[in-house]
Amino acid sequence: MIKAILIFNNHGKPRLIRFYQYFAEDMQQQIIRETFHLVSKRDDNVCNFLEGGSLIGGSDYKLIYRHYATLYFVFCVDSSESELGILDLIQVFVETLDKCFENVCELDLIFHMDKVHYILQEVVMGGMVLETNMNEIVAQVELQNRMEKSEVQVWASI
Amino acid sequence: MALKIVKGSIDRMFDKNLQDLVRGIRNHKDDEAKYISTCIDEIKQELKQDNIAVKANAVCKLTYLQMLGYDVSWAAFNIVEVMSSSKFTYKRIGYLAASQCFHEGTDVIMLTTNQIRKDLSSPNQYDTGVALTGLSCFVTPDLARDLANDIMTLMSHTKPYIRKKAVLIMYKVFLKYPESLRPAFPRLKEKLEDPDPGVQSAAVNVICELARRNPKNYLSLAPLFFKLMTSSTNNWVLIKIIKLFGALTPLEPRLGKKLIEPLTNLIHSTSAMSLLYECVNTVIAVLISLSSGMPNHSASIQLCVQKLRILIEDSDQNLKYLGLLAMSKILKTHPKSVQSHKDLILQCLDDKDESIRLRALDLLYGMVSKKNLMEIVKKLMLHVDKAEGTTYRDELLTKIIDICSQSNFQYITNFEWYISILVELTRLEGTRHGHLIASQMLDVAIRVKAIRGFAVAQMATLLDNAHLLTGNTQRNGICEVLYAAAWICGEFSEHLEDPMQTLEAMLRPKVATLPGHIQAVYVQNAAKLFATVLRKHDGETESQAAQETSQLLIDRLPLFVQSANLEVQERASCILQLVKYIQKLQQKNVEVAEEVTALFAGELNPVAPKAQKKVPIPEGLDLDAWINEPPSESESEDEKPKAVFAKEEPKHSRSRHTEVDEKELARRREVRKQEQANNPFYIKASPSSQKVYDAPGVEHIPVVQIDLSVPLKVPGMPMSDQYLKLEVERRQKEKAERKKKEKKKKREKRGKERKADSGPESEEDITPAHQVDIVTEEMPENALPSDDDDKDPNDPHKALDIDLDNLLSGFSSRPLADSEKLPVRTHRPEALKSPAEDRDSESVPQETKKKSGKEKKKDKEKDRKRSKEEKKKKKKHKEVEEELLESQPEEAVQSEETKEAAAPPTSTSAEASDLDFWLSSAPVPPAAQEVTAPSSAAAAVDTSSAAAPESEPDEPKDTEPEDTKSSKHKKKKQKKEKEEKEKKKKKRHHHHHQHHSDAGGEDSVQNGTVEEEEPLPPMSNYSLLAENSYIKMMKEDADQVYDIQGNHQDESKVVVSVIFENKSDSFLKSMEFNVLDSLNSKLQRPEGAGAHDSLTVPFQLPPGVSNEARFVFSVQSIIMPQKLKGTLTFIVKSDESSTHEKLDFKLHFTCTSYLITTPCYSDAYAKLLESGDLKGSSLRLEGINMPFHHLLARICFHHHFSVVERIDSCASMYSRSIQGHHVCLLVKTSDQTVSIDAKCDEPSLLGNVLDEIKQTFSKC
Repeated sequence: MIKAILIFNNHGKPRLIRFYQYFAEDMQQQIIRETFHLVSKRDDNVCNFLEGGSLIGGSDYKLIYRHYATLYFVFCVDSSESELGILDLIQVFVETLDKCFENVCELDLIFHMDKVHYILQEVVMGGMVLETNMNEIVAQVELQNRMEKSEVQVWASI
Repeated sequence: MALKIVKGSIDRMFDKNLQDLVRGIRNHKDDEAKYISTCIDEIKQELKQDNIAVKANAVCKLTYLQMLGYDVSWAAFNIVEVMSSSKFTYKRIGYLAASQCFHEGTDVIMLTTNQIRKDLSSPNQYDTGVALTGLSCFVTPDLARDLANDIMTLMSHTKPYIRKKAVLIMYKVFLKYPESLRPAFPRLKEKLEDPDPGVQSAAVNVICELARRNPKNYLSLAPLFFKLMTSSTNNWVLIKIIKLFGALTPLEPRLGKKLIEPLTNLIHSTSAMSLLYECVNTVIAVLISLSSGMPNHSASIQLCVQKLRILIEDSDQNLKYLGLLAMSKILKTHPKSVQSHKDLILQCLDDKDESIRLRALDLLYGMVSKKNLMEIVKKLMLHVDKAEGTTYRDELLTKIIDICSQSNFQYITNFEWYISILVELTRLEGTRHGHLIASQMLDVAIRVKAIRGFAVAQMATLLDNAHLLTGNTQRNGICEVLYAAAWICGEFSEHLEDPMQTLEAMLRPKVATLPGHIQAVYVQNAAKLFATVLRKHDGETESQAAQETSQLLIDRLPLFVQSANLEVQERASCILQLVKYIQKLQQKNVEVAEEVTALFAGELNPVAPKAQKKVPIPEGLDLDAWINEPPSESESEDEKPKAVFAKEEPKHSRSRHTEVDEKELARRREVRKQEQANNPFYIKASPSSQKVYDAPGVEHIPVVQIDLSVPLKVPGMPMSDQYLKLEVERRQKEKAERKKKEKKKKREKRGKERKADSGPESEEDITPAHQVDIVTEEMPENALPSDDDDKDPNDPHKALDIDLDNLLSGFSSRPLADSEKLPVRTHRPEALKSPAEDRDSESVPQETKKKSGKEKKKDKEKDRKRSKEEKKKKKKHKEVEEELLESQPEEAVQSEETKEAAAPPTSTSAEASDLDFWLSSAPVPPAAQEVTAPSSAAAAVDTSSAAAPESEPDEPKDTEPEDTKSSKHKKKKQKKEKEEKEKKKKKRHHHHHQHHSDAGGEDSVQNGTVEEEEPLPPMSNYSLLAENSYIKMMKEDADQVYDIQGNHQDESKVVVSVIFENKSDSFLKSMEFNVLDSLNSKLQRPEGAGAHDSLTVPFQLPPGVSNEARFVFSVQSIIMPQKLKGTLTFIVKSDESSTHEKLDFKLHFTCTSYLITTPCYSDAYAKLLESGDLKGSSLRLEGINMPFHHLLARICFHHHFSVVERIDSCASMYSRSIQGHHVCLLVKTSDQTVSIDAKCDEPSLLGNVLDEIKQTFSKC
């Protein structure tokens, strides 16, 4: 199970947070801060697994993250997930973002947090991996966007 | 003009969307909070508007603000509004916001049930998808219960996109509503073989999550998973399955044997590192589960270790990390194979990556030896100094202590070194592990006698420098070591050089800032030190020093007497009084030292944690017997045993005189002593008791040789490094004479061990000076973390430990009882019923057949009894089977279980034998294929019922034993339809009985007050509707009632379940159901259909099959019973011809059917009656001779009442109509007369209900 997915930038500013277990807002912010603190001090050439987040998880949980340019993608998972599998999943997610936003950059995430959520929803659902095939994910996202567009057009024509 | 205004307002409404908000926040970096608060005000305005687009926009912005940490729960209701928009665009925004900020405590979630249900059944797959995604994040137990059935239906949706989401969300539903697991499981299992890989992967995902927590329930799925493993190419699925096998192998070693070959093949062949790694992991798990007996066992280990070494040596840090992680698993069972890679692991300790160092630390455990311990610890101490994060430092600290103390300090050759390491560790700031260091200090000081002098000196220094430790904060965990230091200094104060100085240090005012329990130890041990000081000055006449000490205590102790901590206060005031008394004596020049020392005489010996349990109970002692008779009001002279129980008998002590007399005080003191005795550090070991508890445990006490070549006293604060140097020197010296010495050592050791073995005889033998015995309360090494998980009472997975085995075979052997069915609130008259549902309902039909006479009832009773017996047998049977894992069930049991009740035990055993057969068979893949095939075939039979009779395993005479040997006999396909039909009927009979008893039993429980008096007679709420030679229709008393909230206040909906049973030998199809509507009651028809159009029954009936369909009626007034005329038309299709047939029926809506069983609390009930809004009526029934609880159960069952309260032969009952009328009954019985006083706010409804009750009882 995935317990949380956090995306924040090099300064710890959250760009997307997705908790699959309830935490109050202030706790969420604390978790983000702690996770940022843990992750940001690590070099880029060390491993992508991290134990010891005291606020989130417990002994069974790991933080698995990837650092892309200005953004950290952090997944908090328990031992039922394959570590390398989750790393691949982050890669798939980022590639999907790249496809959907055409050369994704931090600004896309800043201004379109909702869209990023919709894409994530096609990858992970309720803490469980839903789809790992990028083409399938992109196809579903696009179909939904098209639907939204058609609705807007109908509305505009009225 | 008007248009312009509208347009203007629309523009204004849209003047700030999410992008604008983000931009605004970025432009107001300096006063962000202020800017956001104005934005929130705007959002509040926007939420007040009626335009849904504006609302959605506002909610979208709120979602963003939520990410920034703003609580947006105040907008929960608006979020629900946006969720219920008909536009996908807005709905999506609403669900996203809900998934981000709803949780179990959000009360508006209750309002969403119907909306979500609507979305789930939306024709637009993305509406459904969005609802499922949202629901997965905020599902509550209530939502799970109400929607489980809808989601289950979605698992068979035509679109794989919906199927996979529905399958995944089921896991969440199970967690919140465990009762849904059993009914949903067969379909979930089906999805493992879904044609769509995404759905398949989702099903694997869910089952893996389930099985991870309760693996034993899923063992029987192993063959299916094995098949998937050998056939799947999806790495994700493979990884999940392989992980699952890792969890299953510990339960079934034979599974491991079967797995090892394909797994090693995968290891050799795969290029995906993730898969390779998981394979290695599972192979390790297999090897752990197989203790021995594998021929190529060591080869597999070698393979694993080799692959792991490659991973660890890889430049990719991730692989290195995982390699170490897996290595630590091997270490537990095969330490030797890991030890050969010591170089590599030690190298990793220096890695720049903390995660990798942590993993290497785990492995260190197995790497240390006497030789390298000091060196390794030195390295770790360096890391401790360098470490930045407290987490890593704490981890280092525990690891240092772990590896030093492991197996009773086995690797420690120099305890002074160890003590100084511990002292050095106390200099860590902010560690959480102060208590760990403290317990180590105590452990070593108590158990290693030779070290005490040194330890005491060190502790005295610690106490002296206590301000360094407690420097900053109270919560500083390190001050725990002061607890140990004070205790050691006090207890072993004879070793102190300057006890006066230590005493002074312990009574500093600063001490009062320490935590209470430490202060208490300080105070107590100050008294011990005081005794030592007095003894030191013993003999000196008019000792100034001794008197000064007394004065010091008298000056300082009042500070502690004022302590808020009770323990501290009590001890301080006791000791203060004692010292004052002593001072008086001193002033009179009386010798007191002797007596004061006597207070603390005797030595405390370490006790093994399990020692208490091992104390044998002396013969003739009954621990449960009263020593004195409990109600002893009179003061007995024998105080001692009383004192022991004083704590447990607070009542008696309360009843005594409140005046505290001498005796009472003495008793309290005694109690306190007893409490102290329970504290391990207070045990006053009398030689005899020592013998008692040491005797059994003595074999476990290893003896460690202490090398004392290092001088015991090192001046000043020692550095562990010094010891290292000394040690190196010593070793060099030793080298020269090693041979000689080693021999000696061995001899010595052996001698000691032998002595220790003979321990029970004499006490001196078992407590040699350097003995180290077990006191630590660490968890055993092998304790799995999962052990702890199991114990967690809050673990939601505990509830999911549900036996699924008997569901796994195609036939539901323990059929899903009525109570287990998912609550169906919804209704889709047109929707085709899915196969699994059919199966569920199959257990229900044919009720009326049984209803004919009393004789039949007797039969039923008998059957019930018999089935009870059989259940017991089944249990036994199962146990036996589990124990032996033998495949062949005993014939004797079988023969008794013939006929009706055959199904349950047989299919479980069939299941077991399936697995057994699969595990024992030699050729792997074909066997797997073969076994899984019949089971799926069996499932097919069940789903489509007689549609494919030829695939069902069949034997002419007695079917049961054959079933158990299914794996052999399933191959036989004999087509004897007649027998088959017979068998089916029998089976159905059986289900039928179960249903009866379940229904009755459930009701009695549900309605609370009924005790286990007499078993309730079976009851059915199915009644015959109409019948002809082709078909029989049965109607369930419509208790599936629901009203649509807020639709039309005065119009309610009633769902009628009708069972159609094909009695002919022909195929029935194109069934159409029609009812002539009345003004009051109308059949709900799909939109666009005319008022007289008929509804198509969504299934066809093969011969002998029955199925259930539901129809919705809208009803306006419910106060009168209704009768509706209806017709069923259908086509009878036989081999040569087909005819059109017709069957008329009358649907009878009783007033009872408008009542919903609603529980009511007695206080609410009383209020209701008091309110005076209700009008009364009454009814008398004569000649009722059934037990009262039967009577109540009948009313509850047939008329949907619930019992509010029952006193003897009088009970109050309550029910509520779908339109909210309250109906209250007071039922009294005497002799054979039953009187019912009833009250209701609608008199005509009440009258009708009473008439119906009367009818019910006139029938019997």
